[in-house]
Amino acid sequence: MADPMKIRATMAGDKVEVKVLMSHEMETGQRKDSKGATIPAWFIQNVTATCNGKTVLSAEWGPAVAKNPFLSFKFAGGKPGDKVIVTWVDNKGEKRSDEATIT
Amino acid sequence: MNTGRRTILQRSGGLAVMGLAVSAGLFRAGSAWAQGSWNKAAFETKSVADTVKALGGASAATESKDIVITSPDIAENGAVVPFTITSKIPKTESIALLVEKNPNTLAATFNIPEGTEPGVQTRVKMGQTSNVVALVKADGKFYFVGKEVKVTLGGCGG
Repeated sequence: MADPMKIRATMAGDKVEVKVLMSHEMETGQRKDSKGATIPAWFIQNVTATCNGKTVLSAEWGPAVAKNPFLSFKFAGGKPGDKVIVTWVDNKGEKRSDEATIT
Repeated sequence: MNTGRRTILQRSGGLAVMGLAVSAGLFRAGSAWAQGSWNKAAFETKSVADTVKALGGASAATESKDIVITSPDIAENGAVVPFTITSKIPKTESIALLVEKNPNTLAATFNIPEGTEPGVQTRVKMGQTSNVVALVKADGKFYFVGKEVKVTLGGCGG
């Protein structure tokens, strides 16, 4: 199981600002190890953020997204106390879901 | 006679196991497909024009001043290059970030549902100095804006 994400959801005016820091290798499949063998690609493919059962952002990523990916966005319709749930799935089928309360 | 029958049984048994393995493999592939809609074709493209096509663009994207890319002009470390893309085009449905000279052009796509601001901030890897393109799909049409980002130290390979 991968390490938990750091999620922060704060009110910015009437919108909710979400900042997510995920913990993932994001191996490109381009690098080679010391023996010259290619290190297989391992990266997050799908990211979904929901609030009150409504998807507020979904993303598809390639291996070009940096290691330990950072993501930030704003959405309307959330209020303090609501929960923002972020889920990712990588190309090995591993997934992780974490939540944060809007403050 | 009997031994012959046994070999046949064994063989058919082996076949059955193989068949199971195949169906299990298929099943796994099927569930992976169901997990998320990952546009494999788009992520394998090697040019901006191909990416637009793979994302469903019927015609070439139009350049737009309403998309803003905020990033450093010179990135010291190509492994982590921060980008902020905002779109002022009404009905923005999705935002994609493309790095022209990376092994695969498309870095990420973001689907913006109604109520979410058409702006995202993320960090990507860049292999070398390259033109970076923000592609926005709004009301079924594609718009783009490009920017050159210089990279001192590449983030791919090495």
